Amino acid sequence: MSDKQQSIIGAGVPRIDGPDKLSGRANYAADNLPPDLAYGYGVFSTIASGRVSQLSVDEARKMPGVVDIFHHGHFPSLYRTPSSFAQGNKVEETRLPFEDERVYYEGQFVALVVADTFENARAAARRVKVTYSADQAVANLDQGVEANGTQAGSGNHDRGDAASAFDGAATTIDVTYRTPVETHNPMEMHASTAWWDNGDLTIFDATQGVVVARNALSKIFAIAPERVTVYAPYIGSGFGGKLWTWPHAIAAAAASRELERPVQLVVPRQQMFTTTGHRPETRQRLRLATDDNGKLVSLRHESINTTSFTDQYVETCGSVTKSLYSCPNLTVSHETTQVNRGTPTSMRAPGAAPGLFALESAIDEMAAAAGVDPLQFRLDNYAERDESKDLDFSSNHIVEATKRAAERFGWADRNPQIGSMREGREIVGYGVAACNWEALKMACDARVSIRADGTAFASCATQDIGTGTYTIVAQTVSDVTGIPIDRITVKLGDSSYPDGPISGGSWATATTLPAIAGAARNALDEMKRYATGSNGAFAGASSDALDATAGGLRNAAGKQVSFAEILEAGRYGSADGEAHTEAADSKYSYRSFGAHFVEVRWDPGISRLRVARVVSAIDVGKVINETTARNQVEGAVVMGIGMGLFEATEYDERNARPVNNDYAEYVVPVHADQPEIDVILLDYPDLAFNEYGARGIGEIGTTGLAAAIANAVHHATGKRIRELPITLDKLMGDVPQARSA
Amino acid sequence: MRAFAYSRADSVDHAAHRITHDAAFVAGGTTLLDLIKLDVLKPKNVVDINALPLKRVERLDDGRLRIGALVTNTDLAHHPEVKRHYPLLSQALLAGASTQLRNMATTAGNVMQRTRCPYYRDAAAACNRREPGSGCDARGGLNRLNAVLGGSDACVAVHPSDMCVAMAAIGATLTLSSADGEREVAFGDFHRLPGDTPHIEHDLADGELITAITLEPPLAPAGSYYLKLRDRASYEFALASAAAQLSLDGEMIGEARVALGGVGTKPWRCPDAEAALVGQPAQIATFERAAEIALRDATPLEHNAFKIPLARQSIVRALREATRLARDEGKQEGQV
Repeated sequence: MSDKQQSIIGAGVPRIDGPDKLSGRANYAADNLPPDLAYGYGVFSTIASGRVSQLSVDEARKMPGVVDIFHHGHFPSLYRTPSSFAQGNKVEETRLPFEDERVYYEGQFVALVVADTFENARAAARRVKVTYSADQAVANLDQGVEANGTQAGSGNHDRGDAASAFDGAATTIDVTYRTPVETHNPMEMHASTAWWDNGDLTIFDATQGVVVARNALSKIFAIAPERVTVYAPYIGSGFGGKLWTWPHAIAAAAASRELERPVQLVVPRQQMFTTTGHRPETRQRLRLATDDNGKLVSLRHESINTTSFTDQYVETCGSVTKSLYSCPNLTVSHETTQVNRGTPTSMRAPGAAPGLFALESAIDEMAAAAGVDPLQFRLDNYAERDESKDLDFSSNHIVEATKRAAERFGWADRNPQIGSMREGREIVGYGVAACNWEALKMACDARVSIRADGTAFASCATQDIGTGTYTIVAQTVSDVTGIPIDRITVKLGDSSYPDGPISGGSWATATTLPAIAGAARNALDEMKRYATGSNGAFAGASSDALDATAGGLRNAAGKQVSFAEILEAGRYGSADGEAHTEAADSKYSYRSFGAHFVEVRWDPGISRLRVARVVSAIDVGKVINETTARNQVEGAVVMGIGMGLFEATEYDERNARPVNNDYAEYVVPVHADQPEIDVILLDYPDLAFNEYGARGIGEIGTTGLAAAIANAVHHATGKRIRELPITLDKLMGDVPQARSA
Repeated sequence: MRAFAYSRADSVDHAAHRITHDAAFVAGGTTLLDLIKLDVLKPKNVVDINALPLKRVERLDDGRLRIGALVTNTDLAHHPEVKRHYPLLSQALLAGASTQLRNMATTAGNVMQRTRCPYYRDAAAACNRREPGSGCDARGGLNRLNAVLGGSDACVAVHPSDMCVAMAAIGATLTLSSADGEREVAFGDFHRLPGDTPHIEHDLADGELITAITLEPPLAPAGSYYLKLRDRASYEFALASAAAQLSLDGEMIGEARVALGGVGTKPWRCPDAEAALVGQPAQIATFERAAEIALRDATPLEHNAFKIPLARQSIVRALREATRLARDEGKQEGQV
């Protein structure tokens, strides 16, 4: 690789899909309007537990434009998917829509009206009369534990003897944290546009995983996966909510098959809170102990999260706790309890986001109990190797990240005394927390073609969910072939391309780029074979003697022949390469690291809390695109502010119905809430992980941020808030506190 | 959403004749269309009044400001007369909603906007305001956002407007037109307390249309301040807000006006608090006493007790800011 080629990896290349998005040409799932399209609109349960006792469609059927109305007494028989992650056919909610008359959560589909227009479908849906036989609903975690107890979860870990070490320790804390249900709320609503052609299903779906969606749908409709094509060229973000197929996509595809015409189904905003997943409620007990030197000697992190009555979803809150700090005696356990809510799912940094709120708050509480500065306490206790796996970290720069961010932030100016830093009417609080995320890499296939017109074409059945995947794939092809970015076409989001990963877990980059690079190299090798063949421009030469540069091949003598000329000479349309790359090995513990520093401002005169400043230093291996990487961390910080200060889906405890199910009352940060965000990207390639040394960057910025806020709030106000979100009422003095949900 | 008949009115008379109990006027549509889609409002006829000549803002000879019903929130907030003589109103308007919504929303529409109580907006919940006699799910439900002032057993829904809070403090008159002619209603008498009939939200009769709102002459020299407290920094309804306006006579308060938002079942003028300010020194102790008086009758629900101290804080801080501005104003007058 020449110097010029190397420079494109890491460069802040603008998104190649930007113009399409800006101009409205980008094609989202609900933008597809095939001829003869019919529109579905759901009738959603208004009870959370019980059954449909009567369902009358007589009035609705007479409404204008109605084509058909599906419900549990009128729906085709489908099949469940085994929902295996390993087989690539996972769904979160295994129960099929309209499987029976049972209702497990409010917002569950109880009928589907299909009509000639969206408006007619919605109007008719209002006329479907549903009578329920309601049971007492289990509305929240505490009710679930009381009513049903708990079930064992997964991802548990035990080493040493945490209980004995705790009992004999110099200093201990025993605290419980709570996090509420959070809802993903991407701008683009879940949507599916499906049609059938001679028994083949085509579906444009707002999904973060076209391959898994294809495989799951093939199981559900019991047809070969080759007969299902899933398209998701653009996603209006997903945050994990669109990783797996939800009931609406199944219902749209089934209705289309029954009616023999295309059907589109968009999930209304209100039902984005019910039938398409959420981050579950958690209760986490943390018991920590230190010795006389302020070293952790015992750490227990025991969590319970809510799940549905149909499926178990485990929020692995202790996933990071196992390995972030050095501690010989450690227990991590996860349990679930069933409540009448839809099935939860991954939401940006699942497990780690709520888990690090608890752990990194507790670390501050432990440091305070031990009388040590919270920053110093972390530096003293960070693990040097992964004690849970008994493996070295492949690359870990958390100490440098923490120190650099502390320096940039000005932690040294922090007066540790609570409420001591004032500016005008405001009290200033400084807080710190570590962030952490496992680096994962899956198997992947990809294809690259260098074409007769001098352009390149790369394809992989992964997706760009708004993070920049199109662009970094183009950078990779350019890096290997020397073809400039503007002559590279990247196609993703189509399940007929070579199998690629879901866009989740921060593994799309580390998984996709090696396969793309391998395919590009194979295409180049093919090109060299053409060039060195009997009629080639370098006939008889050794392939090893040729370098790819400036859109062509060059030999040591300086003879340069363009790819186009080489292909034309052989009358070839393209030189193609495919590649398959394997999942990560287990020689090391692969993780990403970092630290957040947060400044909050508390105006006690008007009970106003704002995040004023965030400095984050992130160690994610090699940064592939400086612009999109920074954007990911900044966005994650904003989401962390939402988690820390605002977000909670609230359920009426009398009936388990969500109450604030819209964009006005489910509060997320708006522009006016944005603080100064200063992101330091460490950029140390992790070459043990993959050839580019990139570990992925989508989620880590969300972890730890809420704890850094909570720690800053404690510094400013003296109040230790152990239940998110940190709303102003929790900080006001002498106000009776009622648990919100 | 249910189908409705849509028509356009080309005169006020024409509009007034169209309106019956199952009809609704639409101007900006920022509340109405939302609630029709949610199946909360089900008008059979929707009469579009955007073509009516009600878009003027004019200073009357008696010093009052007459605002046409269809003046948008954006135009009103940025109108030179409003910015110069009623900065309180401009601030309140700009504290509400978003630019896009303010571009559509109108002055009379803002007066008529419906509560954001989630149980009102949920057609499957019990709500006396939406469906008389069905009960109130908010009282025993999640009521962090509900009212601590003016509630009844039947209803504790907050009136969500910011603009109306400023108008309540400034003082205004609504002009209502019907086939029988025009009548005027004091702003403070227009919105009703819920009592046993929360579904009757205001004084507008069938066949009547708000055509104008006329503001009282501005206090001068005076300072005013609208302070809106909420969880996030923008685009959220108030948890508590205060509109404060006062004139100074040396270090003493001359006239004072205080109104609250986010806490009452209607835009909440505080006459007792105002009386406690007049003639008193403009200092924190005075403001705190007024704030105590303003919230004297407040009744908390399970999740909203914090609104009482929060509303007090909004009053004190708004009065402090208004005092600072009144002093600046006084200095400038002195210099001239």
